[in-house]
Amino acid sequence: MLAYALRRLGQSALVLAVMSFLVFLGVYAIGNPIELLVNPEADQAERLRAAAALGLDKPLLVQYGVFLLHAAKGDLGRSFVYNIPAIQLILERLPATLELALAATVIAVLLGIPLGLLAGLKPHSWVGRSIMAGSIVGFSLPTFWVGLVLIMVFSVELGWLPPNGRGQTVSLLGVPVSFLTWDGLRHLAMPAFNLALLKLSLLVRLTRAGTREALLQDYVKFARAKGLPMRRVIGVHVLKNIMIPIVTVIGLELGSVIAFAIVTESIFAWPGTGKLLIDSINQLDRPVIVAYLMVIVAIFIAINLVVDIAYSMLDPRVRIGTAAPAH
Amino acid sequence: MSALLEVEGLRTHFFTRAGVVKAVDDVSLSLERGRVLGLVGESGSGKSVTGYSLMGLVDAPGRIVSGAIRLEGEDLVALGGEAWRKLRGNRVSMIFQDPMMTLNPVLRIDTQMVEAVLAHHAVSRAAALDRCREALVRVGIASPDERLRAYPHQFSGGMRQRVAIAIALVNRPALVIADEPTTALDVTIQGQILFEMQKLCRETGAGLIWITHDLSVVAGLADEVCVMYAGRIVESGPVDEILDRPLHPYTRGLLDSIPSRNVPGRPLAQIPGMTPSLLALDAGCAFRERCARAREDCRAAPAPTRPAASRTLRCVHPLA
Amino acid sequence: MRIAAETAQPAPERAPAGEAPWRRFAAEFCESRLAIAGVVLLALIVVAALAAPWIAPQDPYDLAQLDVLDSKLPPGSQSLSGHTYWLGTDDQGRDMLSAILFGLRISLMVGVASTLGALAIGLAAGLAAAYFGGWVDAAIMRIADIQLSFPAILIALILLALLGQGAGKIIAALITVQWAYYARTVRSSAMVERRKEYVEAARVLALSQPRIVFRHLLPNCLPPLIVVATVQVAHAISLEATLSFLGLGLPITEPSLGLLIANGFQYLLSGKYWISFYPGVALLATIVAINLVADQLRDVLNPRLQR
Repeated sequence: MLAYALRRLGQSALVLAVMSFLVFLGVYAIGNPIELLVNPEADQAERLRAAAALGLDKPLLVQYGVFLLHAAKGDLGRSFVYNIPAIQLILERLPATLELALAATVIAVLLGIPLGLLAGLKPHSWVGRSIMAGSIVGFSLPTFWVGLVLIMVFSVELGWLPPNGRGQTVSLLGVPVSFLTWDGLRHLAMPAFNLALLKLSLLVRLTRAGTREALLQDYVKFARAKGLPMRRVIGVHVLKNIMIPIVTVIGLELGSVIAFAIVTESIFAWPGTGKLLIDSINQLDRPVIVAYLMVIVAIFIAINLVVDIAYSMLDPRVRIGTAAPAH
Repeated sequence: MSALLEVEGLRTHFFTRAGVVKAVDDVSLSLERGRVLGLVGESGSGKSVTGYSLMGLVDAPGRIVSGAIRLEGEDLVALGGEAWRKLRGNRVSMIFQDPMMTLNPVLRIDTQMVEAVLAHHAVSRAAALDRCREALVRVGIASPDERLRAYPHQFSGGMRQRVAIAIALVNRPALVIADEPTTALDVTIQGQILFEMQKLCRETGAGLIWITHDLSVVAGLADEVCVMYAGRIVESGPVDEILDRPLHPYTRGLLDSIPSRNVPGRPLAQIPGMTPSLLALDAGCAFRERCARAREDCRAAPAPTRPAASRTLRCVHPLA
Repeated sequence: MRIAAETAQPAPERAPAGEAPWRRFAAEFCESRLAIAGVVLLALIVVAALAAPWIAPQDPYDLAQLDVLDSKLPPGSQSLSGHTYWLGTDDQGRDMLSAILFGLRISLMVGVASTLGALAIGLAAGLAAAYFGGWVDAAIMRIADIQLSFPAILIALILLALLGQGAGKIIAALITVQWAYYARTVRSSAMVERRKEYVEAARVLALSQPRIVFRHLLPNCLPPLIVVATVQVAHAISLEATLSFLGLGLPITEPSLGLLIANGFQYLLSGKYWISFYPGVALLATIVAINLVADQLRDVLNPRLQR
């Protein structure tokens, strides 16, 4: 198990290195680094100084080295717009995005798995069919349009929920979170549901497929032959088997939830890294874009690594392996 | 003393889009306590469905259409869902063919055994665990505690099947139905398990129905044999009589096709033709297309006859 | 739960052997009423989009036809010239119905173009990987895997941030994001086929490699590919709409549905919902129709579900 973990760690480090190289290439080789990294309002003398500081006259590999060195120190440039280090800007906004992403994941899991289970148990009933039809619709709806409709209905027509911004925050372990306040929850509700919809539909379909497959397996037959009540057959035997791939998917999708948050944050003006990214792209604040990329890549790789290791721990066949079979 | 199990005129049909599949078509048999009945037939003969019918495990689109199943005098066909559940794993239990698939791979052995006890008896977990240990010892597993804490994939096929048998026997059922439990195992293990099951049934007084396609297995194990073909029992009786003096051409064909009975150097005998589709059955004898002795009158429904006191037969042109 | 059915039932007879594959395909496809509804809806949308220049009441790009005094009128209002704005007008006085029809056109065009491009590249890459194996396979699949582990929207965003705006660039970005799906699908089908004996036989007969690839491997990879491509068109359309909504997609001179929605977003809070809502409905209808068709295609073409 340890060997497996170490191998994955090594692979992840490799991927991180490759991605950093790609980002570097994108900025330094393809784009014009002066344009991208220096404040467009700088005059000629400042540009020359910046060029020298960035080492742009040196060979590409040396430049990459300089880039890595700075990155390791946490220096990914300064934001043109806010004039503070880009990495700091990103880290300030990250808790808001993570809160949104986690809230969305929780909603998707709490609704998706039970609904999928139901649809899998009664696939041809009207309940099962409508859940599946609902999942197709939920899957097809573009996130930003759903957000629009939510605002139309709940903010404009009904006036129940605020259409933008983040609510009141309190500090939890030094990190500002908003779900612990009522105002915070009111602000969190729509964006979190909006973000959750896609994953919700995915989970419903996945759980349904897994359940249908599991029900055909022999161990379900055997469990019933033992005279176990159906709720135990479903709740323990079936559920435990389908949870393993589902948990894996949830983990892996967490990364894409964070990415999709970009759209939700733009619609609901949620002050997270996603909104920051869009604003930065529109304002040509390139250092922030670079910093965002590096942080996101690192988060992704970390998530993938954790999920891989968690999977190997969850499935007893992988965890224990086929140790000496006894007669 | 009344029979442990009496089945009369059982019919289990499947109502599919392509038509009605008469998987079990007028099956009657009976079993005494402590005796072993071999239910023999090829794939598609309806023997497994018979087993499932006796457990109430036939699901849509199939159902028991008519007939009676009496366990210790009590009629089972009329029972509702919850009543069946209380019966399964408790008074009637089943052992399946592939132990690799029947044990849940992600649950520990003790979990899977204890739940079988707790589903039917209100005892403490510790007491249930004791019973499981006992059951494992009875099937010949020496160090049960180690096994209990393990997962199914850590065992060999023979061991897993022993565990499945232990689970089937832990609540001391009156009737055990074994659906080809040794087909997936090595021949040597097969012999061991056959012997042990026979012993266990004699000891506990349970009745055992052994479903198989292999006549040679039945020869050493069973007291009575029922031969099934296309959903009907074509011949039944004490095992020695059936094997020495089969009356139905199909039984004769089965016996002749066993390789060990063949004279070396001669080509192996086989029954010509193929099993008919269960969708296209009519009332007449289902074997007539493949039978050398078939005549015009085989088209009419062959009624069950009693050529001897303990034998039944469905054939208008028997062998003797 | 089909406990006993599997063991008891012999496989029911399929259609008689002489039936043309097309007919059987059509028959199986039409077993789902939802799928038929999807095809009908899709056909309507495509026809409407293609015929836009002729059936739209107004040309939304012709500035001369616009009257700012007619701006932000609710659906059903009349213009000064007696012409009815069925779906209202936007902030520049553009008839929403016409804008939506032209927007559909652009959205569909971008979606289909990028799908075809990604299909071509993915097909080539997947076939190459499956046929040559070895390091070619490893390299191509590694790249595809790494790309697929990042969400499409992120990659597209960054590409567009680097490349700038424009229809061509957005298509390029969508192709870059999508080729990996096709490559993976084609490769797995081709790998299965490659192991089959007739490919060995063809090799032994020293048939030229392109011939083996095109006449043998390719036809067997098509069914899953068709399913993936159909779903991906919907994805591409959705993704383009999202990118346009965020301001990174098509320029204002060629407004796709996404841009129309973005345009109307600012008026949402003041109750002028139609500027965003109706383009959204059009987008939704298109995506749902495609997904319905794709779902049924997947069931019909799936070899494991062949009854």
